[in-house]
Amino acid sequence: MANYATNEFRSGLKVMLEGDPCVILDNEFVKPGKGQAFNRVKFRNLMSNRVWERTFKSGESLEAADVMEYDMEYLYTDGEFYHFMMTDGSFEQHGASKDAVGDTVNWLKEQEVYTVTLYNGAPLSVTAPNFVMLEVVQTDPGLKGDTATGGSKPATLTTGAVVKVPLFISEGEVLKIDTRTGEYVGRQK
Amino acid sequence: MDKTNLEKSWQPSASFERLRQRSELLRGIRNYFHAEDVMEVETPMLSRSATVDPHIDSFQASFCPLGTDIQETLYLHTSPEFPMKRLLAAGCEDIYYLGRVFRNGEAGGRHNPEFTMLEWYRLGIDHHQLMDDVTGLIRSVTPFKEAGRYSYKKLFVEKLGVDPHEASDQELEALTQEHVDSSLAGLARNDYLDLLFSNCIEPSLGGRTAEGLEGVYVYDYPASMSALSRIQENSEGQKVSARFELFINGVELANGYHELADGQEQQQRFENDQAERKELGKPVYPYDDNLVAGLKEGSFPDCAGVAMGIDRLHMLMAQTQSIKEVIPFDFFRA
Repeated sequence: MANYATNEFRSGLKVMLEGDPCVILDNEFVKPGKGQAFNRVKFRNLMSNRVWERTFKSGESLEAADVMEYDMEYLYTDGEFYHFMMTDGSFEQHGASKDAVGDTVNWLKEQEVYTVTLYNGAPLSVTAPNFVMLEVVQTDPGLKGDTATGGSKPATLTTGAVVKVPLFISEGEVLKIDTRTGEYVGRQK
Repeated sequence: MDKTNLEKSWQPSASFERLRQRSELLRGIRNYFHAEDVMEVETPMLSRSATVDPHIDSFQASFCPLGTDIQETLYLHTSPEFPMKRLLAAGCEDIYYLGRVFRNGEAGGRHNPEFTMLEWYRLGIDHHQLMDDVTGLIRSVTPFKEAGRYSYKKLFVEKLGVDPHEASDQELEALTQEHVDSSLAGLARNDYLDLLFSNCIEPSLGGRTAEGLEGVYVYDYPASMSALSRIQENSEGQKVSARFELFINGVELANGYHELADGQEQQQRFENDQAERKELGKPVYPYDDNLVAGLKEGSFPDCAGVAMGIDRLHMLMAQTQSIKEVIPFDFFRA
């Protein structure tokens, strides 16, 4: 793989650091008027999701990480792996572990397209689209006379995720959910 | 270098409001020196010699006499220091320079390869009295108050528990690995001191309140960081450089010296710097032998001088971290 020097570091660049793939969040050029130049760099470790801050002598370089993002359609789970298929016409399938899917499991719906990050060809993480449409499988009936300005109640979706919804929502309705916050946005019209 | 820097654009990087503020700042500085009877001088930007400071790189240009194929290498100045000191050696009194200087390779965030420097010299005072003058200048252009003057050693002892003049290179390396980055090793002593200072001490120096800017002066730098200042002894008999820096809100703003007047020692320091550049694998530029001659043959006065980053001062006044927001076109749009 290619190498990147500190002056090429920019946010979004994926590099190898101590054996783990990391994404650069921020790169600050630090130089005292009369001193050696350094770069203070913030990374997120793509394996652990932890944020690191490291200091390098300006001009040092890091190896690029073989990390690529692809659009893939969710197919099914066999209980251990979650299977996705490339949408580029190759029909190539990838099985993502529970760790790789993480909290996105709450928003997984068959035939929906997700962003799957591959590291050395294997799924490292799965990101949901910003909004998904999911059906309510269980919620208590709302009280008569309540309006949209009233309170909220929990509703269980097909994925098992529980979200707060307005009192007028009933079972069987399809809801639009913001996957970044896990919040109800609206109903399917 | 962030992504937005790379966007191609004909539009200015600073707002008109900031540019108007800058115009007033430059006028305010000139008014201060006019009232103080300090003469403005314009020194050469192109020179046959360059700074040989190990960590400051110069841009090169070629002079080609018309009708010939001769190419003479010239350097863009990184500071007006050498010709200003030659003026002093020739008998000039208090002088200042306000204009652009150039430093190769420094781009991103607070750094632009060309930036505006204010440099001035005062006769018959030392660097402590010069701090009063620096405070007076800043107060004349923006609300400012001093939040203290501390020795480099005091700050090091307080924050890191070591005496920077006595600690071994190994101790400084271990502290750097503990406080800055565990993989930093095999660096020069001054690199460790700079890393510890800029990571553990500098961020807390000075501030900004509703009333204005607050500055902290740091003086008595290690003798190994003397650059062009005199070396003297502190109250404990340790060798320190007669140098100060001003920090406001964690930003290095100004660097001042009680100026070295010994031509012989100046020449020796230039030669040592050249040797260090060679060792670091950096280009070795010719030093200014005219300055050495001026110090040896002229009558260089007892004086103190200071350089201040005007873009940095404007950034502090405008409450921005980014130099491109205070200059019409930053390097990536130039």
